[in-house]
Amino acid sequence: MKLTELIRELALTVRSADKGLDREVKGGYASDLLSDVMAHSKEGDIWVTIQGHPNVVAVATLRDLAGIILANGRQPDAETVQRAEEEGVPILCTPLPTYEIVGRLYRLGIHGQD
Amino acid sequence: MQGKALEWAYEIEGKDFRNAGKVSSKVKEILKELGFDPAFVRGVAIASYEAEMNVVCHAEKGTLHFAILPEALKIVVEDQGPGIPDIALAMQEGYSTAPAEIREMGFGAGMGLPNMKKNTDELNIASTVGKGTVVEMVIRPPLPRE
Repeated sequence: MKLTELIRELALTVRSADKGLDREVKGGYASDLLSDVMAHSKEGDIWVTIQGHPNVVAVATLRDLAGIILANGRQPDAETVQRAEEEGVPILCTPLPTYEIVGRLYRLGIHGQD
Repeated sequence: MQGKALEWAYEIEGKDFRNAGKVSSKVKEILKELGFDPAFVRGVAIASYEAEMNVVCHAEKGTLHFAILPEALKIVVEDQGPGIPDIALAMQEGYSTAPAEIREMGFGAGMGLPNMKKNTDELNIASTVGKGTVVEMVIRPPLPRE
């Protein structure tokens, strides 16, 4: 499923890299610990977190993630948006808490494991 | 490789969370451009990122040296910082000395050194308390390169 479809289905707000939304989402990972995401996420994953500081962009870039969903109404810092634009990392926001948004992603066929 | 040693060195500033991760992005970019296997590049990126973040979180400053050798890739990160009193303890997953404000950002989960270990063929750490730490990582590509 493409990011554009997720955005439509889950009413996500796009905060950065609106040119990168054609990307295919292969799976998902949810965590607020950056080392955990570095260790266990996979290329093409959508990452659900409540961390909105600029370092999430570095993690997403290094891991080749499809994008970041900020849950629970969290908004990215201005600097996060700037870095995400530079690196072409889509940041999407939802008012839903992590548990809820992950459940809805799963229902759309975005799984954590094959 | 035209017989030329491929070596780079990048400065890392302690507590500079704004630029944290940029050095590892550079390393990844270089390997990608040189055509290394994507899975291998990701593993190197993890090891490099964790080493870089250790400097950012704990040290005053450091340097990441990165070299492509005929048989392997070598990353040496040396810092001026507090040092690690007990390396075996620091290697334990979940052990961290990171302060609260760094943990709130999602760092300091005690996974840095274990992540480095998992993604390298050799990991050597030498540390002097009150002076600094040298982390040496050797990572071998899955296939020998031309």
